[in-house]
Amino acid sequence: MCDQTFMAATFGPCDSCGKTGPLMNIYIKNEPVNYCSFCVEVMAYRGLQKGETLETLRQESDTLKKKLEEERGKLNDVELHQVAEKIEVVGALSIKTRRVLKGHGNKVLCMDWCKDKRRLVSSSQDGKVIVWDGFTLNKENGVSLPCTWVMACAYAPSGCAVALGDGLDNKCSVIPLSLDKNENLATKKKSVAMHTNYVSGCTFTSSDMQILTSSGDGSCALWDVESGQLLQSFHGHTADVLSLDLSPSETGNTFVSGGCDKKSCVWDMRSGQNIQTFENHESDINCVKYYPSGDAFASASDDATCRLYDLRADREVAIYQKDSIIFGASSVDFSLSGRLLFAGYNDYSINVWDVLKVTRVSILFGHENRISRVCVSPDGTALCSASWDHTLRIWA
Amino acid sequence: MTIRNTLRDYGQRYRPRMACLKKAEKVLLEMQDPKTGVKSQPQRLVITTIPHAITGEDIIAWLADRFQIDTQEARKFGSMLVALGYIYPLQDHKRLVVKPDASLYRFQTPYFWPTQQWPVEDTDYAIYLAKRNIRKKGILELHEQEQYNRLHKWMNHKWDFIVMQAKEQYRAAKERKKPDRVVFDCQERAYWVVHRPPPGTVSAMDYGLDRRVDPNADEAKTHDFYERIMIFTQQSIMRPRVKSSVSIGALVKYCATYNSHDPFLSKCLPSNPWLTDDVTYWTLNMPNVEIPTKMRVERWTFSFGELLSDPRGRDDFRLFLKKEFSGENLAFWESCEDLKWGTAATMREKAEQIYKTFLARGAPRWINIDGKTMEITVNGLKHPHRYVLDAAQTHIYMLMKKDSYGRYLKSPVFKDTLKKAICPEEHKFTDAQLDQNAKNRRPSLSPIILRQQEQEQRAKMAASATVDITQLCRFTTPVPHLAVYSGITDYPSANASPSLPFLTHTPACPSPISVALDSTSASERRAETSEGEGEGNPQTRAPIGGNVSKPRMAFSLRRLLKRGCTPSTMFASLSPKCPSAAGTSSRIQPISPDQPTQAPPRRIGNFFQIKVDIPPECRIYPIESEDEEEENRAASRSGVGAKEIICPWESLTPQNGMG
Repeated sequence: MCDQTFMAATFGPCDSCGKTGPLMNIYIKNEPVNYCSFCVEVMAYRGLQKGETLETLRQESDTLKKKLEEERGKLNDVELHQVAEKIEVVGALSIKTRRVLKGHGNKVLCMDWCKDKRRLVSSSQDGKVIVWDGFTLNKENGVSLPCTWVMACAYAPSGCAVALGDGLDNKCSVIPLSLDKNENLATKKKSVAMHTNYVSGCTFTSSDMQILTSSGDGSCALWDVESGQLLQSFHGHTADVLSLDLSPSETGNTFVSGGCDKKSCVWDMRSGQNIQTFENHESDINCVKYYPSGDAFASASDDATCRLYDLRADREVAIYQKDSIIFGASSVDFSLSGRLLFAGYNDYSINVWDVLKVTRVSILFGHENRISRVCVSPDGTALCSASWDHTLRIWA
Repeated sequence: MTIRNTLRDYGQRYRPRMACLKKAEKVLLEMQDPKTGVKSQPQRLVITTIPHAITGEDIIAWLADRFQIDTQEARKFGSMLVALGYIYPLQDHKRLVVKPDASLYRFQTPYFWPTQQWPVEDTDYAIYLAKRNIRKKGILELHEQEQYNRLHKWMNHKWDFIVMQAKEQYRAAKERKKPDRVVFDCQERAYWVVHRPPPGTVSAMDYGLDRRVDPNADEAKTHDFYERIMIFTQQSIMRPRVKSSVSIGALVKYCATYNSHDPFLSKCLPSNPWLTDDVTYWTLNMPNVEIPTKMRVERWTFSFGELLSDPRGRDDFRLFLKKEFSGENLAFWESCEDLKWGTAATMREKAEQIYKTFLARGAPRWINIDGKTMEITVNGLKHPHRYVLDAAQTHIYMLMKKDSYGRYLKSPVFKDTLKKAICPEEHKFTDAQLDQNAKNRRPSLSPIILRQQEQEQRAKMAASATVDITQLCRFTTPVPHLAVYSGITDYPSANASPSLPFLTHTPACPSPISVALDSTSASERRAETSEGEGEGNPQTRAPIGGNVSKPRMAFSLRRLLKRGCTPSTMFASLSPKCPSAAGTSSRIQPISPDQPTQAPPRRIGNFFQIKVDIPPECRIYPIESEDEEEENRAASRSGVGAKEIICPWESLTPQNGMG
């Protein structure tokens, strides 16, 4: 299963300036052209042409948007629940809390699993970062950062480092882990990324050498860990970006981001091009997460709904909502098969949705404050939830 | 109360994560409906009668009925309304939950709802505390006392005003009827419990960091805003789409395929470690186990990506490709991945090395791609970029997916793996055993240690390998220039993950290489860094060099013996048995800092590059071809650069050509 950008020509000479580099595939008057990002910017800034006013531009863009919706509707021949009609219902789930991870002194804001399926890293509002062995509940490393609001953390694919995104100094740094429990890891901190507002999310790409960050300044960016060099930035959101997720497909050239402009955008990592955008939510999008096949993604929003977007059909295919759920969803993740969608809510509960039947199959109680993050372990055996009640729970 | 300023909209729209308030209000209005709402009656509380009081049970029952939910969820819903201050408890006023019994609650007046347009201000709180202080005759609760003192200090400049306000409000309240007064007191107290919660309690009004963008600000749109929308929308309109029935069908099919592999939906064999505290499941599914489980092998058949993403699966596939003599495809794909996701510092060198190893005519591990892709790639390599090989990589990926993968699934290699694969029995633990397991949770090896072990293992294998002429035939293609990661030709079980930047920080004895580096020429050092890049640890850098240089050593040693000349320095630098050479790559062995001693292995590297002009069908090098090699070698020695592989954008310089 290849992602959407897989076959597109994205490297070569720009049709406008002729320089060889990553290209954006755009259309001018329905003619396909390949421009480099600089030439696209130049095009956007070319200024008002003769006879154009802001008003005509606005009208023109509205007409185009309408046309896009028509195009999207053309191939819309069936709904998800119709296709899923014949599928068997999910049996009763017996998901219980298996571990409670206590040790943070303040709201836990983010967590991430290690590839070894049992370790995890969590960060909290008081600037503390803990690396746990979730299985034995042993705290392997602890780092106290001078800054509060560590809103993002990520485990490196090798399991030898963690990345931390900071809310107040706008940086994302990488800390190599050590076997020595008492070593002060904060001294080994290496600042990699620098935004102009808070860092809301970070993740390593398929190696330890690059990180991708999202920020309150409305942009996402790809950074080289060693040199701190900005490799590519992604502009298109008009408000704070709150979350991002990397495509799980092996050809992973895309990632998805969601933010306060109620938009979720799919990006081509190579050229920085925004290739798909969905604007269905009525409020801030708190979290986005790819479906395990990489052909769809789910988003969680303050409007108390989660939505599923099919990338190939290019439209929203399901809304997960209920009358009794009025509090915003803060985080989502899929089970290994993509059948279950775990969603953490601001009403302290985790709802489990049947992705295909678009029904709720279970609700998990246990936390005493908002859920900030839910994350299924790499082998799908457990779910970890981080909460503002200072604890993390592992469910299975 | 006091006059408020409404300069900034502090209502729900500004506060992040507060979009729920409008919905909560709707529910609340329904609840207060005289006919269909929650039943309320006047209740005697201590000495006063409180109008419109409701019980916790009633709230829960009403919510459960209204939303058709169970009582647990209804209780949670009710508690949220209390936590937000829409309903307040009359008795245990500091615990903001709904109790499922006859305890009493009241609806908060809309004036105190959290959606009002004003901010919760310290001045108001100070007035409230001052008023309370008057009424309670100076006896406040501890946290209120602290707040009072703090505010007194902080707002000293207007404390007179605050006290005056408090007195005035207190006097006005006294004039009201008693039930009214009690109700208002309760409402006000409830408001401040929500907005200035006692320490240690959860506040539902807490919403985290302020957002940068104020949703109420009306930003002037400039023309480029619309231009961008138009560029994007045009491109979106032209975007190829798939019929919903097809694409959604694929999603459904994916679920069905993986259903039995999802631990939340099916049993995981032998047991889920989180349920039984038994880690057998993880042990059996380690990344590089010798014998995989049946389930794991089954997943490799789902898609090519699934096979590649499992290290064990990739090794199996690599073994298959080696038998098919097309291992270079996977190796090329892997080095492209390494280039794409690797560190920026060595990107340029890596791109060149990949070109020399895989793409140039007659390259040692030459891969076959079409002319157009080749042209783009070669042009792009003038200014190397992480994505310069993208087209070529896509080409090779599709080739492997469409062609090799299918044959792999039918091959004896796969069938053999499948036959050997184990199918563990389900664990049947008794409760006593489960208790025992829970007590005996063992820590696992840290990923850091695993990483080190893996590297030591590789080092050991490299060091213990003997110089054996017959080994030559084991290699489909000799690897000349492993400055760039070009796939593992030697050990199918070794892990191929190419990145590990941080181990350099772990305490390790300094590598001889780092010492030797000073005495190496610039070009050597460059090659060295790009080699080390893949494996950041200086300790492992050497073994890998040693590992891959083995065929080289074997070759040269043989040749040396044949010619009967044994220049001692060279011999030392080539024999892996020589202690000084054992740990490090022959290429950078610091026997002496002079160029000449380093030159021979370098030349041998060149010699290999030339040698592969042999048509691809006979990629195994028979020993008989030695004579030809000898000639080539002589040619390369005499400095003939005609057959030298150089990147097309470079001129033949002594550094790049001969070293």
